[in-house]
Amino acid sequence: MDSKGLQETHPPLTAHEALVEANRCLYCFDAPCMHACPTHIDIPRFIKKIATENLRGSARTILEANLLGATCARVCPVQELCEGACVLGAEHKPIAIGRLQRHAMDSVNDRGRSMIPVAGPSGRQVAVVGAGPAGLSCAGELAKRGHAVTVFEKRDLAGGLSTYGIIGLREPVETSLGEVRMIEGLGVRVETNQALGRDFVLADLQGRFDAVFLSVGLGTTPEMTIPGEEFVLDGLAYIEDSKLNPGGMKIGRHVAVIGAGNTAIDCATVAVRLGAERVTMIYRRTAEEMTAYLHEYEFIKNEGVEFRFLTQPVRVLAPGGHVTGLDCVRMELGEADASGRRAPRMVPGSEFTIETDQVVKAVGQEKPWAALGLARAKGFISVNEEFETSLRGVFAGGDCIRARGTASTVMAVQDGKLAAAAIHQRITEGAN
Amino acid sequence: MADLTTTFAGVRSPNPFWLASAPPSNSGSQVHRAFEAGWGGAVWKTIGPPVLNVSNRYGAWHYGGQRMLAINNVELISDRPLEVNLREITEVKRAWPDRAVIASVMVESKPEAWHEIVRRVEDTGADGMELNYGCPHGMSERGMGAAVGQDPGYCQEITSWVTAVAKIPVIVKLTPNITNIVVPARAAIAGGASALSLINTINSIAAVDLNTFELTPSIGGKGGHGGYAGPAVKPVALNMLAALGADSVVGKSGLPISGMGGITTWQDAAEFLLLGASSVQVCTAVMHYGFRIVEDLCDGLSNWMDEKGLATIGDVIGKSLPRVSDFKDFDLSYRAVARIDEAKCIKCNLCYVACNDTAHQCIDLIDSSGAAVVPYGYDVRSNGKDEAVSKRPQPRVREDDCVGCRLCYNVCPVEKCIAMVDAPSGRESVTWDELMQSNPELGEDWEAMKAYREKHGIHVH
Repeated sequence: MDSKGLQETHPPLTAHEALVEANRCLYCFDAPCMHACPTHIDIPRFIKKIATENLRGSARTILEANLLGATCARVCPVQELCEGACVLGAEHKPIAIGRLQRHAMDSVNDRGRSMIPVAGPSGRQVAVVGAGPAGLSCAGELAKRGHAVTVFEKRDLAGGLSTYGIIGLREPVETSLGEVRMIEGLGVRVETNQALGRDFVLADLQGRFDAVFLSVGLGTTPEMTIPGEEFVLDGLAYIEDSKLNPGGMKIGRHVAVIGAGNTAIDCATVAVRLGAERVTMIYRRTAEEMTAYLHEYEFIKNEGVEFRFLTQPVRVLAPGGHVTGLDCVRMELGEADASGRRAPRMVPGSEFTIETDQVVKAVGQEKPWAALGLARAKGFISVNEEFETSLRGVFAGGDCIRARGTASTVMAVQDGKLAAAAIHQRITEGAN
Repeated sequence: MADLTTTFAGVRSPNPFWLASAPPSNSGSQVHRAFEAGWGGAVWKTIGPPVLNVSNRYGAWHYGGQRMLAINNVELISDRPLEVNLREITEVKRAWPDRAVIASVMVESKPEAWHEIVRRVEDTGADGMELNYGCPHGMSERGMGAAVGQDPGYCQEITSWVTAVAKIPVIVKLTPNITNIVVPARAAIAGGASALSLINTINSIAAVDLNTFELTPSIGGKGGHGGYAGPAVKPVALNMLAALGADSVVGKSGLPISGMGGITTWQDAAEFLLLGASSVQVCTAVMHYGFRIVEDLCDGLSNWMDEKGLATIGDVIGKSLPRVSDFKDFDLSYRAVARIDEAKCIKCNLCYVACNDTAHQCIDLIDSSGAAVVPYGYDVRSNGKDEAVSKRPQPRVREDDCVGCRLCYNVCPVEKCIAMVDAPSGRESVTWDELMQSNPELGEDWEAMKAYREKHGIHVH
């Protein structure tokens, strides 16, 4: 298999390409792309500013609605959002909104700070736990309003999934870290290697800060409880290695990826792009039930990755600690389950073995937040309309509250933005 | 197949498409290649006294990614020696006897200079000559070009010097840089011209450089007005052409008019013919795309004429002139309203914002229940294409309130989505002119106008 590496798939638009594409935009009024964007960026406005070569104004338009515009330009599933709603989509090609946004954001890089006005100090302090997109968005929006914000991040680097979990083909680490620097430039203090539950507890923050925002994301990949699972690699760690330590990464010759969500597809992309001869994705249901976006499915098929649908791994074969295969059984779909999808069940006597020397699992993420003592729903932290948890003054947003719908960076950014508005309201109303 | 053969002031050409006097007809080799490509004629780049040109002589206006919607130039008349031009005109005419070869000329405002040039042009065998009274830059500072065209007295006098001695047709080319095009046209007729042509270029400054604050193009740090041409000037040219067509003196003279100004496609050319041009001249489009464009100019015009049952160019010329009218003769009772074809509508809402902000506030955004909604009214927590698309309201015209201004029709990006539909007002046909004769007070007294409107059910929004 050809190894194309993990550099960004799309080269940046040249100034001329951006101008031509921007001029194609009709400048719709009350545009559907703006409605479809979870952060409601005024897309026609920023595109027309590209057309008038006002890139500074264009970037500011984006940042006013979405402080993480550079990341979103790269990682948003635009087919499902802005570009999917473009009025030109029906008969023509939708405007390349994502790439134009990247053009505008790249033109200012992390100088974005200089175009965001910051209010004078309010004397209020807010703690944000987790420096992923929701946390950074909330922190930045609060800093704009003059509040002193401290972000506690358990990892070495801030940025959350943008830094650790988005494959380099979509977003390089540097883009994420540039955004972190911009947020810090607004006056936000980021403390890394500070983990909730290990280095501090929620009550510590409640005592020291006027409000707390939890943007703690989700946990590791859950156990499948099959024999030999200790030899299975965690999909998120696999992606993280590909970003921060690609040289030291060991890629199997025949990689089996368990799961069919967007993370699983990212794992398969890493494997195929970094030299695996053969990559097989294993999913117990069918293409119909996959949670990955259709465009991601199309993408990975074009990469030459094979699919084994209606297949359930039951045992990892690893004699002497070396993975040689994955025992699986065939499945069939029965009645619809609680999620509305038809539940798979094993076909008796259908066991077979897939030869593989590396097994990666990407079957969701744990929701390890029981110890916080907050009300939860299906394991996710419950919040009200104002993003406030069951504990007064403690707000939450991002993947850790995403009990419904598909988790995404841009949704996390909007959570952070809306939560910041609610927190601001709370800590300035004098009732606290 | 329609017959495109053209006869203009006695000069025959296989089609009505001539190169205008300009850079494309600067030399014999160029005109040879143009004729090989199929051009029906060429008006040679103006010959006359010695000149020197400058660099950065062409500016342009680009818009919305479209290049050269107009060009602007400070190029002078031919900077090649008169003898060379005359020799090449002779050679080209000899090689292409079926094409119209017209020499454009401009000399000092002295009878002997004009008599001399007429004699020398006639010696080449050229079919006719065009007097350049339009060049708006450089030559006009030396008392030629537009300096002549802008003064009806000079225009008539110089034309008469030429026509007193010329044996070949004399076309007077008019400058648009005047208030009323009819005045110099009448002067040319009085001077004995055989034909008219219009328009020459329009005074213009192309742009200012926002980095250097110099004019664009910058000629060693300086810039100035130059002649404006290309697609953007077509409406100006059509109006001047129609003004000549509507003038009784020009009409009675029977002089043919060669039309030009922004002709790029056969459709443009057809419009000039319909408004009374008997041949058309092209420059900017050729400077943009080359001589090859004549193929579709001929092919498209011929196919259109076949479709319309127009057999000859003569059948096309002036066919729309009877439609040219003044405001005072328009039917004030005529009423049309805009109607949006909702099956074609892509809901860009450009009609809505144009009507709401700048016209008559008669387009509503209607949701699926039929209720009018306010723009940007969605929940900030909504996201994704499904809701954005499914909940997108439909723009719809309140036809009772629509004044039929036609702005929405013009801004709509979808072909044939908005139609202007006849909506009879039920009022008796009346023009402003008739109204002023029957009710002169209506032009002076708002109270009288109010009463008139109420009586006739005319509501203004």
